Amino acid sequence: MLTPDVVTTALVHLAAESEPAGLLPARQQMALSLGWHIVLACFGVAFPAIIFTMHLIGIRRQDPVALGLAKRWAKVSAVLFAIGAVSGTVLSFEMGLLWPGLMGTYGDVLGLPFAFEGLAFFLEAIFLGIYLYGWGRMPARRHVLMVLPMALTGILGAYCVLAVNAWMNVPTGFRLVDGEVTDVQPWAVLFNQHAFLQFAHMWVGAYMLAGFSIAGVYAVGLLRGRRDAHHRLGFMVPFVFASVAAVTQPFVGHILGAGLDERQPAKLAAFELAETTESPSPLRLGGVLVDGEVKGAIDIPYLGSLIAMNSPDEPVPGLDTIPEEDHPPVNLTHVAFQTMVGIGTLLAAVVVWFWLQRRRGRDLLEKRWFLRFTAAAGPLAVIALEAGWVATEVGRQPWIVHGVMRTPEAVGDYTARLWWLLAVSVVVYTAMTVGAVVVLRSMARRWRAGEVDLPSPYAPETAATTGETAR
Amino acid sequence: MSLETAVAAALFVGVIAYAVLGGADFGSGFFDLTAGSARRGAQLRTLVDHSIGPVWEANHVWLVYVLVVWWTGFPESFAAAMSTLVLPLLLALLGIVLRGASFAFRKYAETLAQARLFGIVFATSSIITPFFLGTVAGGIASGRVPLDGDGDRWSSWLNPTSLFGGVIAVGTCAFLAGCFLVADARRSGQERLAEELRVRALGVGAATGAVVFAALVPIDHDAPTLAAGLEGRAAPLVVLAGLAGVATMALLWRRRYAVARITAVLAVAAVVSGWGVGQYPWLLVDEVTIADAAGATATLQGLLVAVGLAVVVVVPPLAYLFRLTQTEEWSRPDH
Repeated sequence: MLTPDVVTTALVHLAAESEPAGLLPARQQMALSLGWHIVLACFGVAFPAIIFTMHLIGIRRQDPVALGLAKRWAKVSAVLFAIGAVSGTVLSFEMGLLWPGLMGTYGDVLGLPFAFEGLAFFLEAIFLGIYLYGWGRMPARRHVLMVLPMALTGILGAYCVLAVNAWMNVPTGFRLVDGEVTDVQPWAVLFNQHAFLQFAHMWVGAYMLAGFSIAGVYAVGLLRGRRDAHHRLGFMVPFVFASVAAVTQPFVGHILGAGLDERQPAKLAAFELAETTESPSPLRLGGVLVDGEVKGAIDIPYLGSLIAMNSPDEPVPGLDTIPEEDHPPVNLTHVAFQTMVGIGTLLAAVVVWFWLQRRRGRDLLEKRWFLRFTAAAGPLAVIALEAGWVATEVGRQPWIVHGVMRTPEAVGDYTARLWWLLAVSVVVYTAMTVGAVVVLRSMARRWRAGEVDLPSPYAPETAATTGETAR
Repeated sequence: MSLETAVAAALFVGVIAYAVLGGADFGSGFFDLTAGSARRGAQLRTLVDHSIGPVWEANHVWLVYVLVVWWTGFPESFAAAMSTLVLPLLLALLGIVLRGASFAFRKYAETLAQARLFGIVFATSSIITPFFLGTVAGGIASGRVPLDGDGDRWSSWLNPTSLFGGVIAVGTCAFLAGCFLVADARRSGQERLAEELRVRALGVGAATGAVVFAALVPIDHDAPTLAAGLEGRAAPLVVLAGLAGVATMALLWRRRYAVARITAVLAVAAVVSGWGVGQYPWLLVDEVTIADAAGATATLQGLLVAVGLAVVVVVPPLAYLFRLTQTEEWSRPDH
């Protein structure tokens, strides 16, 4: 995901020589840590509700299969939430370490949503502890309710973070007088009008990512012939969540995009690869901008105006209407945006097909192509989500706060040695990824072999037995 | 109390809570690391898992709380400290990441070899994290963080106050963890383990106490503003820390573990508060006061609303979690 990002951005920036040496490594550092955390954040937002549903099914129907699944998922979430918590902390540090110019100047403008996000995270961590360790230690009906606050705090936390990001896109709640920030209105930032739509887009995206990823695990099991109730239920519950989300998402995304031509015309022009203003604008599939000319694109007439502007002939304002120094890296933004839209559309289409077929009494779970597709749907949703973030973040460049602060003004005073931090981070994040994959796979393997409790290998009894055998 | 001071106090409550609650979690890494071979240390490591497993993430959030309140309430000083103290902060961050990840991985590791690897990473990073956070505190307290953020990136944390701060942080964390673990061991009926832990907690307590009071001498030269505060306004807290520390040792000695936990918390809270009160009214010592560092008034008010809400909605479930972990059902081993 990052390599092409790194290369493209490096190429884009070769021309701009005046920027601080620490800028590019700082941006890549942020891209890595945010891009890695965002996947786990999605599980943090969406997994609790999915677990709650499964657990509730188990209790209501007294279904041991559902209860078993909920219990396993709780253990999986323990691993995912732990690395999610620490990688989220990395971001808190990096806000200050990498972007002191932003935090020093605007910390008191954008901070309040983070305070509420912290509150949400607090509650999430507390109820996670209660829920995880509460199995068999609390009355079942009370225990299942302990996961519910996590689903709600996921909403609150995601809203707050997105409120800050929305503020970076559409700054509000302060005035600049002679370069000084005055008249700060933190509540206006928390409830800025753009926050809700951005939140909705991300929230639904989180359910797509988590739902498809979890369902995909059971799709693989079904493919391998494990066609039991366990796999069917394990597939179906997250798939229902993902289906609702996938079908909703195109509408949410479309509403979010409305008015982008006024808020961030450069971003919209980059999304649409509109070099010049054309009336009506075509929908430009693929293509790259080389020396100010669009190459290799497939143009579908009228559709650009229809989708981006909600009008048959109103044009998408072209890049030529925007000063050169305010252009984002156009190609990366365009490709990322279309990757997101393309995958999102595909996922929505396939789930609609699945449910239509089901109404007609045909079960696509019997079809290998469908299972193969759903196995890939999780990674596809991850790519779409990452691409969406690349599109909106790179598309906002060269601004860190749109129209107010340029990214080079925000970055800390670092030399090119900051690349070392990125190198170390790549190693650490790779190790963490490998560790998580190894541990989660070994958990799945032991569960398949019939183990239930997964005792630690250093538990006293186990260690004692190992000792006996060794002797 | 002025608005700025109220927010600074709320911030510092977070520092104390993190030092005590997060500190105890980090400190258990010390006992984990020194527990001996896989077989000999199995019982203790399982106790550590069980003891901090349900609470470490909640305790960790105090750090996030501190960062957020700091950058929202006092943005410029936050940016300054982050810029100057970037190295120890990054090292602490590395420790935080490795600690959390490897703790979770170890619990579900399949083989002993994997558990050993994750365990070593968990325990080592549990020790380095408080050390580097301690050096950060020392850098701020000794007036080495200028407001414009261009302080020396090495001497700001490689200096007597910082180094003592780091060692004291590691020591207090281990001492707290010792007191908590010994009580947990007894509650779960592992008397032999409790005996073992008691001896080591006493050792750690004696060593840490000695370092805390030995540190007062170099701090006198290296951080005069802090020293004046410690000998003046914060003197009662220093005395309280000493008394509570001695009381904890006596209680441990007499095997009164449940009460020893309370006095240990009191001792550590007093040490940390001593630092805070000692450097008042400075936020960054000798550089900027709390009043001058404060951000927009509306934001400070908003922060107090958030903090007030947190007291109402976070404290009850947190108390519930802590109470659950002390019940008989939760003291049983995992299943």
